[in-house]
Amino acid sequence: MPAANDPIPSVQEVKNTTCYMCACRCGIRVHLRDGVVRYIDGNPDHPLNKGVICAKGSSGIMKQYSPARLLKPLKRKAGAERGAGEFEEITWDEAFATLAERLGKIRATDPKKFALFTGRDQMQALTGMFARQFGTPNYAAHGGFCSVNMAAGMIYTIGGSFWEFGGPDLERAKLFVMIGTAEDHHSNPLKIALSKFKRDGGRFISINPVRTGYSAIADEWVPIRPATDGALLLAIIHEIIATGLYDRDFLVQYSNAGQLINVSDTSDESGFFVRTEVPTEEACYEPQDKLWWDRNSDRAVVTHTPGADPYLLGEFKLADGTPVKPAFQLLQERVRDYTPEWAAQITGIPADIIRRLAHEMGVTARDQKIELPIAWTDSWGNEHDTVTGNPVAFHAMRGLAAHSNGFQTIRALAILMSLLGTIDRPGGFRHKAPFPRPIPPCARTPNDSRAVQPNHPLDGMVLGWPSDPDDLFVNDDGSPVRLDKAFSWEYPLSVHGLMHNAITNAWRGDPYRIDTLLIFMANMSWNSTMNTAEVRQMLNDKDESGGFKIPFLVVCDAFQSEMTAFADLILPDTTYLERHDVMSMLDRPISEFDGPVDSVRIPVVPVSGDCKPFQEVLIELGTRLKLPAFVTPAGERKFRDYPDFIVNWETEPGSGIGFLSGWRGKGGEKFLRGEPNPNQWEMYARNNCVFHYELPKSYQYMRNWNKGYLEWSQRNRITRYAEPILIHLYSEVLQRFRSAAQGKGLTRKPPQHLRKRIDTYFDPLPFYYDSLEAQVTDKHKYPLAAVTQRPMAMYHSWDSQNAWLRQIHTHNYLYVNTRTALQQGIADGDWIWVESQWGKVRCMARHSEAVEPGTVWTWNAIGKAAGAWNLTPDANESQKGFLLNHLISEELPGAGASGRVSNSDPITGQAAWYDVRVRIYKAEAGEAEQTSPQFEALKPYPGMKTRGSVLAYVGKLFK
Amino acid sequence: MTQLALVIDLNVCVGCHACVTSCKEWNTSGSAGPMGDQNPYGADPTGTFFNRVQTFEVGEFPNTETVHFPKSCLHCEDPPCVPVCPTGASYKRKEDGIVLVNYDKCIGCKYCSWACPYGAREFDEQQRVMKKCTLCVDRIYDTSMNEGDRKPSCVKACPTSARLFGDIHDPDSAVSIAIRESGGYPLMPEWGTHPANHYLPRRKTRIRIHLDELERADNPLKVDRQLPRPAMNEPTLDDVTTW
Repeated sequence: MPAANDPIPSVQEVKNTTCYMCACRCGIRVHLRDGVVRYIDGNPDHPLNKGVICAKGSSGIMKQYSPARLLKPLKRKAGAERGAGEFEEITWDEAFATLAERLGKIRATDPKKFALFTGRDQMQALTGMFARQFGTPNYAAHGGFCSVNMAAGMIYTIGGSFWEFGGPDLERAKLFVMIGTAEDHHSNPLKIALSKFKRDGGRFISINPVRTGYSAIADEWVPIRPATDGALLLAIIHEIIATGLYDRDFLVQYSNAGQLINVSDTSDESGFFVRTEVPTEEACYEPQDKLWWDRNSDRAVVTHTPGADPYLLGEFKLADGTPVKPAFQLLQERVRDYTPEWAAQITGIPADIIRRLAHEMGVTARDQKIELPIAWTDSWGNEHDTVTGNPVAFHAMRGLAAHSNGFQTIRALAILMSLLGTIDRPGGFRHKAPFPRPIPPCARTPNDSRAVQPNHPLDGMVLGWPSDPDDLFVNDDGSPVRLDKAFSWEYPLSVHGLMHNAITNAWRGDPYRIDTLLIFMANMSWNSTMNTAEVRQMLNDKDESGGFKIPFLVVCDAFQSEMTAFADLILPDTTYLERHDVMSMLDRPISEFDGPVDSVRIPVVPVSGDCKPFQEVLIELGTRLKLPAFVTPAGERKFRDYPDFIVNWETEPGSGIGFLSGWRGKGGEKFLRGEPNPNQWEMYARNNCVFHYELPKSYQYMRNWNKGYLEWSQRNRITRYAEPILIHLYSEVLQRFRSAAQGKGLTRKPPQHLRKRIDTYFDPLPFYYDSLEAQVTDKHKYPLAAVTQRPMAMYHSWDSQNAWLRQIHTHNYLYVNTRTALQQGIADGDWIWVESQWGKVRCMARHSEAVEPGTVWTWNAIGKAAGAWNLTPDANESQKGFLLNHLISEELPGAGASGRVSNSDPITGQAAWYDVRVRIYKAEAGEAEQTSPQFEALKPYPGMKTRGSVLAYVGKLFK
Repeated sequence: MTQLALVIDLNVCVGCHACVTSCKEWNTSGSAGPMGDQNPYGADPTGTFFNRVQTFEVGEFPNTETVHFPKSCLHCEDPPCVPVCPTGASYKRKEDGIVLVNYDKCIGCKYCSWACPYGAREFDEQQRVMKKCTLCVDRIYDTSMNEGDRKPSCVKACPTSARLFGDIHDPDSAVSIAIRESGGYPLMPEWGTHPANHYLPRRKTRIRIHLDELERADNPLKVDRQLPRPAMNEPTLDDVTTW
């Protein structure tokens, strides 16, 4: 190499944009040499990642120049089977003409026959808007099979949730408890915070069946059996209440703990809060019309009456004789039998450890209080000189969520966090704008099938937050309006939809057949679907007339995935380095605890081949279909392109609210609200592609009940109401559904076959139940739980085509506790079968001491179909790597109309990936040393680059 | 005399591999590149990486530690790879202690990789020369960069800031302080190579709960009459005896 003091003057140009190698959305600097990417590093001036970058972000070069890139619009060759990957190149003109004609006909006749489902989409505000404008109810992104239980469980309890909308304040916490796999949400910000937290002397406890990832550096690892987190959390709540380690003052003021509930056996109002009067306004906030039983006057008073202090425990009688109890009393009764000894049997965690966990949480919260000298005013006008913090923080994501008992488990977690007094307080959980929001948030889907009309936008939001049975999106007979049965009695609070059932339902024609399915960026014939092999057959299945059961399948993706092989039409998307994008406040922005943050992507390299950003596709299609948002009243094109759309579109003319909140107003002088600014993109470009509004300190905490913050939020149209958002220890929303299932009240009632299901699971207080899969499994035959975790160097299926990242995870093993393996005579590295009641997979076993004995696990989405992602057919990913999805069914026998239900949480429709039960045994001598099942190898498509057998990337210089 | 080195804090390393690929992306297009990959899209891909993370388990369930262990050239103060080099391609710089390979002199004989007890050298199958970590020597002195960027790429990337960089001969440097105060140790000191790179061990934080912390006078259950005094009309000894 040359003399060290004579470095090559290498970097010619540096452009800022936002990473998209995972969901974090870090600020990056892209260093270009002769227009080719030479180096990507973290932007030190970006609030999210502060200059760091991860393994994926550092490998963006290999994604940009990957031979798996789709570079031409393609259509399936006439006569070729779906899945065979036989395509011919077409022009964009032909692609648009085909789509516009087909979709135009659907829209003019029955818009719900068009379904749009998107994967790891960072533009759900736009894709959702397109669906709504089209008039179809059949839209969802990947939340239903990702972590909707986390979003719903927490938002229905505390008005905010982990990840984009809130997180653990490790800057101030003293104790941090991470439960289940959560490495991917957040990634870099959590790593940054975790390291600082540890160095500052914080204690980190990880509760997880597996010790990998962040759990590796935990001060204590508490192994737990999968799907039993609810039992653990309820036992901790039991102990916290039994020892008096809860923050009573916090609960009294800021939750519904003291509110009185009608406990009469006979009343239709049983289970509901008693109210002083019927509210006059129908609105999506909670009127303060509930009662406390005041300790001082020993009578019922309106909550937050000055000078009153409610009993949290006890039973009382109102003047009219109605027996009532405070919500907290019902919680105490609920957890009475959830003792640590009870939970020990279920979780595998010894009772004394459960008790100690509760004590560590409770004592740290109580005795290590933080007082910040920040004055603020609460919603009732009380002025406070300080903000108090109880420094115990939690984090959890899919590990808790991806179970059919996840919603109630996460309700238990949110309640535990509330009992400890940690909500939007320093050292605990903190919200991020635009949260907190009312419980539930105000958006609603239509509640009537007549909202779907030819040539009209959908009359309501495509996704929403039901607050009672009358909000469900069902037909007059109670059957689902949506293809995925979201917002129906089967999954009433499925706030992110059930993308994981869209294909099966469309194939079966239950609830109905559709015409065109458009999938964006989701690998629905492989790692993003359950029951993979059969779903692949469904995609290729034909009816009696010889036509496909799903007549037209369009896939937009940047890469040759397993899913693209089934498409009739492939739309080649750009990479993140080639496009404009917005991380919008209308969607899931990248806000910080201290205020709203949104950001953009700006192209740093030219578009490759004939790729086109999906946003441009939607705007072009919307214009051709004359969807009202995209054309003038005269039917003329309204937006030149996506950047023009982002600058000029407003929620309604003159509203001043658009996709981006920074540099609004004619000269860029306004924020959050303001007229369109023609130079908005340039201003973002000059400012690290990010807009960060830092709230005054007095608005940064206690935001559920912070008068100043709520009014600021209202003034800036982040919310419509500035009413306080009390924590729902007791969920009246759930009670409304249960009550309907019991035949009470004036709301809609569930169909007979679902009444028991609703009555059971819509419990207004958290409870523990065996997962739905376990309920229909012979646990002696299938004694092991099987789960996946996501490696930090890979983002789902995306990165096997990445020459550098695939060298880190080239194939996956099934990790088995050493003793569990030896009991089966399985040696380290043996080929084994892993079998569930739904299917079996051959793979390689690896002994591990870092997994609890009743669990086996593997890395998610490393296994690939042969030839997919333009890997050679003999690549390790398809020959040794495997997919656990083959063992997981998308449906279970159950109470649905057809005797089936989705393998999902009965409340939210969250895909229950982590419920599957398996057994393992050694493969026979002489069996092929190859993963099973195998599928016919995919060939590269027309227009793709050839893959080289060697690579020596030098970022242009010598090319 | 300066001895530049990395100090890697195993207490916070989560094994994310950011250092692995940020190293590769910088160096493959830099003065130490290219860093080739064989079968990049085929079976058993294998390429040149100056820095790799090994993950291993220590102990038996449930007392298991999962250790992520990043490893690159340790820039030994007494590097065994240097004297064995027949052409003088492998050398240690006097001014900063970085061990480098001059590719123009390297004949690919691999003596150095056999001599290195740490397996830190990477043979480039395409160029047939030995390569290794340079501590990003083409970054750290590059005055055209902002000062904050004049660090090895892995150090800059590391999300947990587990990688410290500096002069271990300067007692006031951050790396020297970390080694001194946080139990920094070299790998396999018995080989006498005096590795410049050091590792910081895992450290555990515990909370001790005293029993009396669970029996506090301000227990909120009292407010709600759950730690009650017995009612006045409950039986007592007064009811049954006169002494």
